[in-house]
Amino acid sequence: MLSSSSSKPGIVFSSDHSLLVTFGIEISHEIHLDVRRLTLILLDAKKEGVLNIHPAYSTVLITFDPRIVSFRRLEEHLSRLLMKLNTVELPRPRSMRIPVCYEGDFAPDLAYVGSHNGLTPDEVIQKHSSATYTVYFLGFSPGFPYLGGMLREIATPRLDTPRLNVAPGSVGIAGEQTGVYPLASPGGWQLIGRTPLLLFDPQRNPPTLLQMGDEVCFEPISRTEYEAHLAQYRSEYEGKSPAA
Amino acid sequence: MPHIRVISPGFLTTVQDLGRFGYAHLGISAAGAADAVSFRLGNLLVGNLENTPSLEMSLVGAEVEFEEASIVALAGAGMQPIIDGQAVPMWETIMISPGQVLKCGAAVAGVRSYLCIRGGIHVPPVLGSAATHLATGLGGFSGRALRRGDIVTVQSLPVSDSFDPLRLNQNATDRLLARDLLRVTAGPQENLFTDIALEQFYTSSYLVTKDSDRMGLRLEGPAVARKDSSFETLTEGVSLGAVQITHSGHPIILFVDHQTTGGYPKIANVIAADMHRVGQLRSGDRVTFRRATLEEARALLVEQESFIYQHSFAQA
Repeated sequence: MLSSSSSKPGIVFSSDHSLLVTFGIEISHEIHLDVRRLTLILLDAKKEGVLNIHPAYSTVLITFDPRIVSFRRLEEHLSRLLMKLNTVELPRPRSMRIPVCYEGDFAPDLAYVGSHNGLTPDEVIQKHSSATYTVYFLGFSPGFPYLGGMLREIATPRLDTPRLNVAPGSVGIAGEQTGVYPLASPGGWQLIGRTPLLLFDPQRNPPTLLQMGDEVCFEPISRTEYEAHLAQYRSEYEGKSPAA
Repeated sequence: MPHIRVISPGFLTTVQDLGRFGYAHLGISAAGAADAVSFRLGNLLVGNLENTPSLEMSLVGAEVEFEEASIVALAGAGMQPIIDGQAVPMWETIMISPGQVLKCGAAVAGVRSYLCIRGGIHVPPVLGSAATHLATGLGGFSGRALRRGDIVTVQSLPVSDSFDPLRLNQNATDRLLARDLLRVTAGPQENLFTDIALEQFYTSSYLVTKDSDRMGLRLEGPAVARKDSSFETLTEGVSLGAVQITHSGHPIILFVDHQTTGGYPKIANVIAADMHRVGQLRSGDRVTFRRATLEEARALLVEQESFIYQHSFAQA
């Protein structure tokens, strides 16, 4: 598919060392595809002086070292890339299955998400695990996926008081979003399960399990399966030489 | 390789370089030295490449014992350094004998000082960088701040290595102390704020609160009002030095350990040439913001770079 949204993207200097490209002001799949196209060609171009690419729902922020590349030069570079945007063919999205145990202390807020929406806990699990989600982008913390595609029937506001420590792998809901915490951190999302997978590992290449554009499904597993996954994961890690 | 032993880590001491770049699209923060100008000057004072991993000490400096003869320099906030009971200067190459202990005290003004050692601190690079990102435990010395008893490895140099001592000119150190003014360019959501709010933002002085760290500096002062407070901005990428306005109207300056994306509107952004000043702001300091154009920001950066390379050093 080569089509791209017709409106011209906006370019503004958000500082003397960053430039913000805006494709729209709402969340949509079409806009996401343009964000992904630009991110891919920017990563591919490896322009000297460009430090980081920050894709999001409808924008791409490019940070640069103004000692190496002037803002005018970068603007020209970007205009050239944007003209090619329509010709960028996106790779097919990867299908990623994320096993989730929706049981016991992994799911302290499952009952609340249900009662908030007039559903039983099993119905919440069924709805959460039946949708296909798109990774719009990774942001906020290493490997954290911003997922689109959650059913509104399980949307639930954040906790009034965030938890001080959320375990890595925790699966949560905040408003109309769902996500997985890659690392232990404070957090205000309603927790409904946990995955044994590591979403972020700096020793792995690439260091994140998910990539922008991936299609993600959550697959319910039992506590026993969760423990088995974890044990298998650990033995794989221990079998690997750290230098490899 | 030679080692240094941490007798006391001070308040917060981490290994830093100039940052971990190229991974923001995976959600990974750049981190890196909070006052990159002092960091670079410190490395130049010991003849290192300017991106050589060094120790960033905050508020109260560290006490370390050197196993071998070393060439070091302290750059940044004055921390009253002493060796064997004798005061030694900041901003100057110091020769250390085997077994000597360097002891730093509290920062007299400013926050951060860099202990740069010829050869550099040796830690395994994580995603191409030695920088420590504390919130995610990434990089540096096991992803954490130094503790009492830690043994830190120094990159050894050939036996034939020699280096002529240098010191920074007095006028250069004076210049680096100014930090009550931050020059900014317009932020991407400046248009969401009322004219009165903008006028207020650029004429008021803001207090740096104690809730300030490497992730961000929270400021207190007249609340900055938005035209339509119900309008939510979509989460988007954020750049170093962005001045976000929270729902309560208070500014937060996003700093070196900041998250890669954020949802608050950004009224302004500190210019690259003033970023090192942010790294020396401590709670209780007051700052004002002055609007600059992109061209002015560029001219200030060019001038600062020539200051770093051409006019700063004298033979010690």
